[in-house]
Amino acid sequence: MAKDKPGTIEVQSFGTHHVITQPNPLRKVLLRVPESDLDDPIGRAEKALAGLSGEFKEWMSIEADRLSTAYDAIKRDGFDDRTREELFRAAHDIKGDAATFGYPSAAVAAESLCRIIEHAPDLGAVPPQLIAHHINAVQAIVRERTKLDTAVVAGVLSKQLRGITDEFLTHANRDRPEHLEAILAPSIVPNE
Amino acid sequence: MYRVDFNKLRFLICDDNPHMRRILRTLLHSFGAREVYEAEDGATALEMYTHYVPDIVITDWSMPIFDGLELAQMIRQPESKGNPYAPIIMLTGHSEKRRVTVARDAGVTEFLAKPISAKGLYQRILNVVANPRPFIKTKTYFGPDRRRNTTNTYIGPERRGSGEVEVMQQPSLLEKARSSI
Repeated sequence: MAKDKPGTIEVQSFGTHHVITQPNPLRKVLLRVPESDLDDPIGRAEKALAGLSGEFKEWMSIEADRLSTAYDAIKRDGFDDRTREELFRAAHDIKGDAATFGYPSAAVAAESLCRIIEHAPDLGAVPPQLIAHHINAVQAIVRERTKLDTAVVAGVLSKQLRGITDEFLTHANRDRPEHLEAILAPSIVPNE
Repeated sequence: MYRVDFNKLRFLICDDNPHMRRILRTLLHSFGAREVYEAEDGATALEMYTHYVPDIVITDWSMPIFDGLELAQMIRQPESKGNPYAPIIMLTGHSEKRRVTVARDAGVTEFLAKPISAKGLYQRILNVVANPRPFIKTKTYFGPDRRRNTTNTYIGPERRGSGEVEVMQQPSLLEKARSSI
């Protein structure tokens, strides 16, 4: 497909901009199929994803350990660009991946930690316990997930951490309206 | 009803997280894709983009060396040797509206917030295949039209200059006739 030559490009020029239109180079991959067509690519993909789920616990443990390692570096060396970036990246990956791996509460806790790193005016002034509680929460959620009664506790724990974080960030950014706006803005992810 | 014939599409996925790359690869292969290339950072992705000429790019935002945003900006160079028009789907853990705006202004075609779902990814791919938007080039932007919809009820300021077609002045027929006498 990528070897197909692009169609003729048409350019309309206006006062401040050009509008560039080319025939859809991907139109050949769009197939018209009858309503009765039984092929279900989404269902097939969901099954394939379920087939990977046996590996999710191990993947999640790796992600949680990466977060703890990043925090250990901060405890040892303090916050600098490198340690801050690594902690943020580890938390951000958990925020994005954990729900897919079956750990939605870990994603909530990791997102809360990301918000601290992004919006705290001075990371050195953040109470160390606040960051430590997030790291410990993610570890506990991953470690204890196999116990049936922990899902509710994990959910409550993550929401409480998020509440305390929001309270801290709202207060710490009371004179920084651009951060305050970002902190209070709703997420684009439904039901978050 | 329309369906995408994935086995004719070439994908480039770019994510520094190996687990997410594995998930993306699994989903795309399940949809029917055969050609899926992977990069773990923006620099490698740009090199692969030039080499493999993918039809669709799926990229994470936060990555080492240079990130998904910079990758999008580098692909969207109108004078570049590579194809600056390929659809770019940004798949990211960022879930704030301002991030969507920043990604859009970098030339990203579709934005998909994690957690990823098979349905969400399929719909974004279907959209870039079935409903490509024209490209807009201004002094500060080159990328897909950021206006997905046109509405007659819009009451805000008109940001695209006068909106008038640039007219090349031509002498009128009367002036031509007079000058030829």
